Amino acid sequence: MLRTRGWIHAWLLLSPAFVFLIAFTHYPALTTLWNSFFTTPRGRRPRRWAGLDNYDTLIADPVFWKVLGNNLIYALGTIPLSIVIALAMALWVNRQFTGRSFVRMAYFTPTVLPMIAVANIWMFFYTPGFGLIDQIGSALGFGQTNILGSADSALYGVMAVTIWKEAGFFMIFYLAALQTIPVSLTEAARIEGAGSWTILRRVTLPLLMPTTLFVSINAVVNSFRMVDHIFILTGGGPDNASSLLLFYIYEVAFRFWDTAYAATLTVVVLIFLMGLAIGQFFLFDRKVHYR
Amino acid sequence: MLMTKFKAAAAALAFAAAPAAADVDLQFYFPVAVGGAAADTIEELTAQYIAENEGVNIEAIYAGSYQDTVAKALTAARGGNAPQLSVILSVDMFTLLDEDLLLPFDDFATSEDDKAWLNSFYPAFMENSKTDGKTYGIPFQRSTPVLYWNKEAFAAAGLDPNTPPTTWDETIEMGKKLTLRDDAGNVSQWGVRIPSSGFPYWLFQGLTTQNNAILANADGNEVNFDDPKVVEALQYLVDLSKEHEVMAPGIIEWGATPKAFFEGQTAMMWTSTGNLTNVRDNAPFDFGVAMLPGHERRGAPTGGGNFYLFKGASDEQAKAAFDFVKWISEPEQSAKWTIATGYVAPRPATWDTETMKSYAADFPAVLVARDQLEHAVAELSTYENQRVTRVFNDALAAAITGQKTAEAALKDAQAQADEILQAYR
Repeated sequence: MLRTRGWIHAWLLLSPAFVFLIAFTHYPALTTLWNSFFTTPRGRRPRRWAGLDNYDTLIADPVFWKVLGNNLIYALGTIPLSIVIALAMALWVNRQFTGRSFVRMAYFTPTVLPMIAVANIWMFFYTPGFGLIDQIGSALGFGQTNILGSADSALYGVMAVTIWKEAGFFMIFYLAALQTIPVSLTEAARIEGAGSWTILRRVTLPLLMPTTLFVSINAVVNSFRMVDHIFILTGGGPDNASSLLLFYIYEVAFRFWDTAYAATLTVVVLIFLMGLAIGQFFLFDRKVHYR
Repeated sequence: MLMTKFKAAAAALAFAAAPAAADVDLQFYFPVAVGGAAADTIEELTAQYIAENEGVNIEAIYAGSYQDTVAKALTAARGGNAPQLSVILSVDMFTLLDEDLLLPFDDFATSEDDKAWLNSFYPAFMENSKTDGKTYGIPFQRSTPVLYWNKEAFAAAGLDPNTPPTTWDETIEMGKKLTLRDDAGNVSQWGVRIPSSGFPYWLFQGLTTQNNAILANADGNEVNFDDPKVVEALQYLVDLSKEHEVMAPGIIEWGATPKAFFEGQTAMMWTSTGNLTNVRDNAPFDFGVAMLPGHERRGAPTGGGNFYLFKGASDEQAKAAFDFVKWISEPEQSAKWTIATGYVAPRPATWDTETMKSYAADFPAVLVARDQLEHAVAELSTYENQRVTRVFNDALAAAITGQKTAEAALKDAQAQADEILQAYR
């Protein structure tokens, strides 16, 4: 009797979270999967069962492979770099010096700005002819650049914005973690005769590992999720050179109105992200905690 | 806010006229692509109509960009709440037909008077409104690209400031004189600027039309992307940068184009007539506006939005919506709209009003777009329009950035477009 009541209690307490999780995460994920097996319904043609046709289309779709490749370059380029920069900035502003609060604020500002505003600022930096980069360049005697307008550099132009935006955000986590490391540990190491480099490598970094795991998972998720700036900067162009998976899904769903194919792409991204998350937790989780 | 005021005003009128028949309520979605004045003008006109017509309530809903508006209309229609009336890109007609959402205007134009009205628009605009002999769109906020040139830069280069190029060859010839380089060889002023970001197909369609090519058929299920004349036009566009070096290389941003013109980065630019007021207000030098240069012929695409009637409306609603569209396209209302925005008035009758005549006398540049209509063709529009134009845009971008040759890029685009359109043949 008491046990049943305990159960009811537990379920009641869980239910609000459960309802939202199911309504906004699990149910949409399942309908997405279900929709990916049908054709897109149009007013004149109702949807019909398509089996794996959409997946065949996906495998034969050169744009899909292109944006997947772009997304890998984007992830490999932005994740390590923004983490390293974040760590360097955090170590720097963790020390005592005059103007520390100002530097901290300056580092964190990109995070506070909305992505669309950031993209517009960078749009001005990149504008050929009279943008900031070209104004500085022409003062130094260089010619015009067209970073976002050439297929070779557009993706890197987009990546620079991401790193600029992300590094400050991750810095906050590192800064918080650094402040939890007891001073006594570094002092003890110093008494034992360890130099700064050794302290960083053998004491600070291992103690920061849980934060690094957290930050890297966030960075991976963001590298598939943050596409707002692409709308402003390049629109995925030229010729899909700077398009990413999520941006492509948006286009297929809300510009081409091919909802079934968009669902198929979403399923692939879901599987991809699930794999990454599971891998990260299972592989790294054992190693991150300093014992 | 404004909406509730309209309703209150309309309700007050309805009460005054009581006991009138039950009110007709309409929802009307409109996009704004050119800034604040446009939204105010639409709301003003709607309010005026409501005040003049008892028993009709029109809820004018600002729905964002063109892209947002079609997305909202489609989503609302899927949820069974389609608006009765909306302004949407003229090129989205086939998409909306494919979703089975449109009512033809012909069903409501029963009187002789109405039929005459349907035929009173510039034919160039109606090309994007008709298919299968029915009219689904009524031109409203329509534009066309024109050439703007900097008269001071022309004079400085030793050219006649009042003579813009009229052919492709003259563009190159004058462009070479207008392209200025410093001692190190870095360009400080380009000859011409034809923006190619986002929707390069639109301005490119100027070139293809001038080369006597038509990109899509009237049924919206065939395209001619790999027509040798289209390849030639693309080669010309690529060569402006590559061969003749009179235009900046790579993709050229559409949004930054007027600014580049004001800054003296380019002596000529191609852009929409929708920028006319912007250039008039901001160019720090004397400028001219001309038709796009020709080649085999003069030519330009049209662009912009049409009125559409949506299925799901009751008979009274559809009739009221039809009547509203007819009213707003009348010369006086249309003149007001054109002056407020810079869009090209879609009926010759509008240009004959005193308001328009005095406006044009004061600012003759507005007539260029109207005169160019004689040479204009339908904007590229097919079934699955966004997808087909995307394929085409990608091909143009690939050629402009040197990833593919013009011919190879367009061949690929043709093959992809054929595959997409297969289902509609």
